[in-house]
Amino acid sequence: MSAAEHSIFSSDDYVREIMRAAEAQTPRALAGVSRRTFLKLTGLAGGGLVLAFYMGDQTTALAATADADQPFIPNAFLRIYPDGRIVILSKSPEIGQGIKTAFPMIIAEELDADWSHVAVEQAPVNPAVYGRQSAGGSRSIPTAWDQLRRAGAAGRAMLVAAAAKEWNVAESECTTANSVVTHTGSGKHLTYGELATKAAALPVPDEKLLKLKDRKDFKLLGSRVSGVDNLSIVTGRPLFGIDQVVPNMQYAVFEKCPAVGGKVKSANLEEIKALPGVKNVFVVEGTGKPTEVMPGVAIVATSTWAAISARRKLRVEWDETSASKDSWSGAVAAAAKLAKQSGAETLKTVGDFDQGIANAKTVEGFYTYPFVPHAPLEPQNTTAWHRGSELEIWSPTQTADGALKLVAAVMGLAQEKVTIHQTRAGGGFGRRLMNDYMCEAAQISKQAGVPIKLQWTREDDMQHDFYRVGGFHSFKGGVDKAGKLIAWQDHFITFSADGQKPVSGGDIAADEFPALLVPNFRLTQTKLPLQIPCGPWRAPRSNAIAFAVQSFLHELSSAAKRDHLDFLLEIMGEPRWLTPNNEFALNTGRAAGVLKLAAEKAGWGRTLPKGHALGLAFHFSHAGHFAEVAEVSVDANKKITLHKVTVAGDIGPVVNMSGAENQCQGAVVDGFSTAMGLELAIENGRIEQTNFDRYPILRIKHAPQVEVHFIQSDYVPTGVGEPALPPVAPAICNAIFTATGHRVRTLPLKREGFTI
Amino acid sequence: MRLNINGQDLTVNDVDEATPLLWVLRDHLNLVGTKYGCGVAQCGACTVHLNGSPVRSCSVPASAVVGQKITTIEGLAGANGKLHPLQAAWIEHDVPQCGYCQAGQLMSAAALLKEKPNPTDADIDAAMSGNLCRCGTYQRIRKAIHAAAQSNHE
Repeated sequence: MSAAEHSIFSSDDYVREIMRAAEAQTPRALAGVSRRTFLKLTGLAGGGLVLAFYMGDQTTALAATADADQPFIPNAFLRIYPDGRIVILSKSPEIGQGIKTAFPMIIAEELDADWSHVAVEQAPVNPAVYGRQSAGGSRSIPTAWDQLRRAGAAGRAMLVAAAAKEWNVAESECTTANSVVTHTGSGKHLTYGELATKAAALPVPDEKLLKLKDRKDFKLLGSRVSGVDNLSIVTGRPLFGIDQVVPNMQYAVFEKCPAVGGKVKSANLEEIKALPGVKNVFVVEGTGKPTEVMPGVAIVATSTWAAISARRKLRVEWDETSASKDSWSGAVAAAAKLAKQSGAETLKTVGDFDQGIANAKTVEGFYTYPFVPHAPLEPQNTTAWHRGSELEIWSPTQTADGALKLVAAVMGLAQEKVTIHQTRAGGGFGRRLMNDYMCEAAQISKQAGVPIKLQWTREDDMQHDFYRVGGFHSFKGGVDKAGKLIAWQDHFITFSADGQKPVSGGDIAADEFPALLVPNFRLTQTKLPLQIPCGPWRAPRSNAIAFAVQSFLHELSSAAKRDHLDFLLEIMGEPRWLTPNNEFALNTGRAAGVLKLAAEKAGWGRTLPKGHALGLAFHFSHAGHFAEVAEVSVDANKKITLHKVTVAGDIGPVVNMSGAENQCQGAVVDGFSTAMGLELAIENGRIEQTNFDRYPILRIKHAPQVEVHFIQSDYVPTGVGEPALPPVAPAICNAIFTATGHRVRTLPLKREGFTI
Repeated sequence: MRLNINGQDLTVNDVDEATPLLWVLRDHLNLVGTKYGCGVAQCGACTVHLNGSPVRSCSVPASAVVGQKITTIEGLAGANGKLHPLQAAWIEHDVPQCGYCQAGQLMSAAALLKEKPNPTDADIDAAMSGNLCRCGTYQRIRKAIHAAAQSNHE
């Protein structure tokens, strides 16, 4: 294996590591974190005092703020000013998931702050102080829930203590609401602003004694709060990575080999250098890892357009000795041959599949789904200023914490010499878990010797992604005489870069539903070779597995002539956690709850308009239980209309109802858009789609009505950026079967002749 | 080159004739509310008004619009800072997710309301068909347009 090949293969370990890190951070794993919450008092320029609440490791945070001359402490989570303003910092990246509104709401609830007094700021990137500063795996809410509640409750306790001392009354006689402390007996009251200076002079409360609210007492949590950046968004103020401007910066574009792994053999650099506006053009050798810097040619110019124009005249000859030769049509042909046999690796067996299937009514189905890009609407970009021994970066990233480590390592700088400003990101969907564009910008700035804004074109974005990997499931299943599911076999055909592990997003858990709920079960796996980099795409694994599994379950219930809701409820059985002592595992009772709710709200079983049909699907992912019902009609020309999707979810208590509903509505559109018409053709290592003209993302005309319902409970709240997506495609496909008798086994739907 | 943008005559120097209006706005005039999404008039993130009609600024050379009236998202609110009814409705109905496409959506919607103060769903489908929302906020966009149309009559 060449060094370049080795680098590409090992890069997938990096992607896998990101996923592992995200998933390891369940609240259970972080149970000790609340003990690391602490408070620190600090001065404020202008004479007032502020309460500053810190999360993370106390020693580090104190060291980081030890400079007594610093009047303003940027590491604070919360600042209360004497004039009543309350500033809350949101530590994690905002990528459209709404965390910049949700995180501060959690603090404000326990603080009993009036939301109209709250201003939200994006926190600086400093994982030593803030802990996790990334957005992935729908993990932000569950991992930060306890931390943020305690930060708010500690602030409230100090304000109450200050008021009680002022009035010489017991703290227990004081209440709080809307940024005011009130003495119950006398009716005396003081605002948080009036109390801030006095509160700051008091000792920090023992965190163990903090009383957190019961869910029934929540006022802000569960309400509908409009996003904190909405005014800036609708008036066009600079917010995003692409909007950043640094004095004297130049504008860069970067051309890489269209087949990953290719190196620059030669290029017409002299000709490009002479073009209008071009300041510099050079070869970047790169590290050879797609997650860092791949080889290419950088053009640095006086404007974005000058750089793009010059690039159109750039001619690069690539050495493709080690470049990808991947072919999707080749993989489809290989998988078709493998479909009839079991996989070489057995991942899970329960009971005896062969015996179970022997006396069962049998169904077989071979399912296929394609590679897709993330295509966030803001193409990748980063502004970087490499000043020799220091590096400053402005970037839309999902992993600000990981980026700091990565960029420092790639550039050979100590982490404390690197500053990253996290900007709002114009969509993430998993793409910005990788920070390749950030590394590229840093390297280009270093070589150019000036601050630069690196701008990827849409074509760059489509062709240099970490794709949602395509794959195949060859199923055989059986139902007994009573129509009960008794046997299930899945030969999962996926891809591997190193021949050992599946690529990121291309793995399947041995216990993946319905493994633990079928008496006779066998899951085997075959891995096809792949060089193109893959990565997490909104609800990784689940976004594809749900389509195959939930469609095949409907094949079985249809063969048994069973009502699909009854069939699924029977599989769930008695309410229980499938993995004991893990409240982030699938709970069959919660699953049954959302299935029944979705069915009820959608009018499952009702008489429908002629030509209409309902389809039902369930999926558990990212600790969220979701069931969805799609109402579909299909005309004689296979033209589909998706009239409505009813979503029922259980993610514990909802933090921001408006945000949570928005995520579900968006997940349905994303799920339908992708299932309907999105796929990549890959030949000779090249992605054939380059822009939206050949990658038809759903438009408003075809967007369905989406109705969202939640079952709210006292479990720790979990994230909602992802788990509403996986059931969308199978719910639609199951409805299509009911409407037409046509079983969709290949996505996108246009492959099977459907249109919208 | 002199351009009339949001009611102001602005001079732009050192711009190649072929430079799309989008990049003149963003790089030369620091009006970054207008967004780059595709560069080929497919996504609508760069929508601005040219004499009141929506155009994709990524595909209009700046030199072609000299002397004409251009309005960008920065000029959608009134001169006194009062939000356009659509901007207010976008906030009221919490339309954005990532927010990147929304400037373009608002400019398309504003042109629609000027043309049709009471748009039907079909009018909205037609007028908004050039604007992609990767996050899928279409249901709220539709609702907010209807709400803004309603508020215009109150």
